[in-house]
Amino acid sequence: MVQAEESIAIPGRQTAPQVRVGLAELFSVFLYIGATSFGGGVIAYLREHLVERKGWLDEDHFLAALEIGETVPGLISTNVAVIVGSRLRGVRGALVAVSGVILPGAIAVFLLGLLYARFKGDPEVDATLAGIGAAAVGLIFAVTLQIGRRELKRWQDFLILVPVFALVGVIHISLVPVLVVFVPIAVQLNRPNQEELATYHARQAEYHAQLAQHHENVAAQHSAGDKA
Amino acid sequence: MKTLVGLVNVFALLSILAVGGGTAVLPQMKHETVVMHHWVTADQFADIYSLGQLSPGPNMNMVAIIGYKVAGPAGAILVLIAFYLPSCTLVFAVSKAWEHFEGSPWRDAVQRGMAPITIGLMLSGVYAIGRTATFNLDHSMRHNSITVAISLLVTLILLRRHINPALLILAGGAVGWFALRMV
Repeated sequence: MVQAEESIAIPGRQTAPQVRVGLAELFSVFLYIGATSFGGGVIAYLREHLVERKGWLDEDHFLAALEIGETVPGLISTNVAVIVGSRLRGVRGALVAVSGVILPGAIAVFLLGLLYARFKGDPEVDATLAGIGAAAVGLIFAVTLQIGRRELKRWQDFLILVPVFALVGVIHISLVPVLVVFVPIAVQLNRPNQEELATYHARQAEYHAQLAQHHENVAAQHSAGDKA
Repeated sequence: MKTLVGLVNVFALLSILAVGGGTAVLPQMKHETVVMHHWVTADQFADIYSLGQLSPGPNMNMVAIIGYKVAGPAGAILVLIAFYLPSCTLVFAVSKAWEHFEGSPWRDAVQRGMAPITIGLMLSGVYAIGRTATFNLDHSMRHNSITVAISLLVTLILLRRHINPALLILAGGAVGWFALRMV
């Protein structure tokens, strides 16, 4: 008999999701999030619906998705939608989740754009829009400060932050050369020390040894079964 | 046709450059659409950005308006696809590889290293929009003092209180309607 269920704890391999979610339900939940998440805080809405209400993934998996979504280019909300959608239902799940979260806002902004074209020049409309624009700047400034307070822990971070702001924000250098130069420098400044690397490699070696042992056991059981 | 290709090129590049979210590419988006291609004026760009903040969902859906203004409905749809598809494909691929590097000290290094770049770019985005919407040299001092007050108040309130930002955006509109009509 082969014990197929015998599982070894594999570091870094996330278990497959237990829930089976229909594509239509996936779409409708993301559509709902896309239609109700006013004010830019889409992430909070995603967490509330996916983790708390639906229980499609646990807090840790959500935070892991958020971590990737923040590091990889693209909007954090659509990135998280892709990761969660693909985790639940593969490529189609990702497509469905992203379209759901984008569509309502895209249609809303499109209609607002038509109204804007129609009423632009009216002093009352212009004044209202000017107020909204100023408030929007206040909002993204607050978000930037909050993320900064959370993420900036070492003074060296400002050696990267200040020149990036000066080059992109003030002198308008294209993002491509700025990223090509600063990403490697920033990663290098934060490179792991010898100790961390050694611990990691030791853990990896241990894991591979365990895996090899596991394969051997399975093979032994197989041959024992054949002889019987 | 040439315009459509231009739109797709500009927004597809912005898509994969959006390190840390949409705010990070605002300066370059403004530069490309206002200065390089003259698709919109700086004022229109700031207005369109405001409309985006008024609508639900991801805060960069407003790119559709730029597409529509340049090339009609086809432009709106193409710009949305160009702006979302590349980064979504990228994150799809990376999320598969990411788990593989769980616990790797290098993955942490990338994450820690990206943080100051992201925040520097976000500040650039705030500055790019702020120069038009908050402190605009073309506007009167009275107009500027009101918009600066709105921006700073919204920032302070959000840093101190848990409140839905959409309400503050609407409040900003109300204050603008009341105080900026005659300025």
